[in-house]
Amino acid sequence: MTTEESSQTGKVIEIDDLSLTFETSDGPVYALSDINLSIEQGDFVSLIGPSGCGKTTLLRVIADLEAATKGTISVNGVTPEQARMQRAYGYVFQAAALYPWRTIAKNVALPLEIMGIGSAERKRRVQQNLELVNLGGFEKKYPWQLSGGMQQRASIARALAVEPDLLLMDEPFGALDEIVRDHLNEQLLSLWAKTNKTVVFVTHSIPEAVYLSSRIVVMSPRPGKIHDVIESHLPKQRSLDIRETPEFLALANRVRDGLRAGHSYDEPEL
Amino acid sequence: MNPKSATNNIIPVIVVLSIILLLWYVAAVFMNMAWEKDQYERADNQQYTLVDLVSGTMKQERPVLPAPHQVAQEVYKTTVEKKITSKRSLIYHSGITLSSALLGFGLGTLLGILLAIAIVYNRALNKSFMPWVIASQTIPILAIAPMVIVVLNAIGIQGLLPKAFISMYLSFFPVVVGMVKGLNAPEVSHRDLMKTYNASAAQTFWKLRLPSSLPYLFTSMKIAVAIAMVGAIVAELPTGAVAGLGARLLAGSYYGQTIQIWSALVMASILAALLVMFIGLVGKLVNRRMGLSSHA
Repeated sequence: MTTEESSQTGKVIEIDDLSLTFETSDGPVYALSDINLSIEQGDFVSLIGPSGCGKTTLLRVIADLEAATKGTISVNGVTPEQARMQRAYGYVFQAAALYPWRTIAKNVALPLEIMGIGSAERKRRVQQNLELVNLGGFEKKYPWQLSGGMQQRASIARALAVEPDLLLMDEPFGALDEIVRDHLNEQLLSLWAKTNKTVVFVTHSIPEAVYLSSRIVVMSPRPGKIHDVIESHLPKQRSLDIRETPEFLALANRVRDGLRAGHSYDEPEL
Repeated sequence: MNPKSATNNIIPVIVVLSIILLLWYVAAVFMNMAWEKDQYERADNQQYTLVDLVSGTMKQERPVLPAPHQVAQEVYKTTVEKKITSKRSLIYHSGITLSSALLGFGLGTLLGILLAIAIVYNRALNKSFMPWVIASQTIPILAIAPMVIVVLNAIGIQGLLPKAFISMYLSFFPVVVGMVKGLNAPEVSHRDLMKTYNASAAQTFWKLRLPSSLPYLFTSMKIAVAIAMVGAIVAELPTGAVAGLGARLLAGSYYGQTIQIWSALVMASILAALLVMFIGLVGKLVNRRMGLSSHA
């Protein structure tokens, strides 16, 4: 069984020669081209690149929200569709995507209701995950009564309530201010260090990618492809201060160089 | 709602109402003047002043345009002073029209919701139903109302139902249009979320599509309830109905009782306004219950 093999090797995501082309009225758009990537259990992988490089599309392919046109991809040893059917992952969108007519607690309970989880267990998980993201006491509030940062934390609690081993996060902190973003980065990192979950994280912020990741995938646009994969050997437990260390700055520079190189052929046209 | 915003809402309404009343009086004077002059001339009496003329236009028995206070008096006489069981009670007639309007509105809303669900969930139906739904509203209701009532009568359906049918025919339309829009309203990320949970179509309907359509539903229902009233009145006209606001309009026009016509019209618009306000209030309560009050 492929499932067993993959659990032995600890491979969560395997992508081989994957391409995705959108057919539009203006002709084909090559969103992803020849992507090869494997992600192991416990990895924190950031996909970084300029807009249009396909990083979100790649995440959506993993989540079975888009289908690849070429190549193979497996998630937990099965197809993304089967993985989605098994509710193998939690997905955090760019916007919090909370249902405005549900309280925070009810929003977090939504996936559990759909999965048919009993009300006692539901209550326990809602409570536990809201406390994990520091939203204890906000159960009865509606989304509009919360700040953007709190809404995004609620959406993370909602993804965690499913108790997935795999978290897919699409620029979850993109719309937040620097201070809130730092704070949430710290929380996410400590959560990851505690739980050994696998995280695939889309961002366009270099410091965020370097601070969070065990591996950074630098992507370049038109067609969207992987330009560089950078291993980070920063310790799993990191404080925000690590951003001042030479190791961190060296990694950040490598990411920046990768982004620049991937971008460079774009410039002459301007 | 705090008292300040209540007065803020009331003042513009009062201003507009006063302007309408003023224009109404001016119009009444001009439109009834000719008859008044004619009266004096027939009596060979040239001894009249402008004041006589103007005051005369306010108290004719069958004015071209009754003055507001005449209509108000008539409404008061036929509602407060008449027993509800009396054939001259406007409340009795309103009740008859209201019951068929409400029945038709209820049926129309139900039909509208069901059609909208069918249209949203079935692409073929979307293509085949929608043109018919729109075509149904291009037929003048006055033309088909008598036929509908005659046909229904022939198969033994009488009384409330044929009139309610006309109301339903008019009121299902805004509900279909509003609900199709409402059921398709959820944004992409809200739908994708359901997909990541591997939610069934039924779960997506109950937990996402239906709740997000409710504000649209109440907006449509406000329009639907107002035209259900129109439908009920129109349905009373061609059948020579003996009771109902439509029957009052008809009888009034037979006998040139303009005051009676106008009081039935005023009653109909008061009822329609109350119904629309009631639906709006229910909508607001539902929104508040759903935590959407800040958006509404």
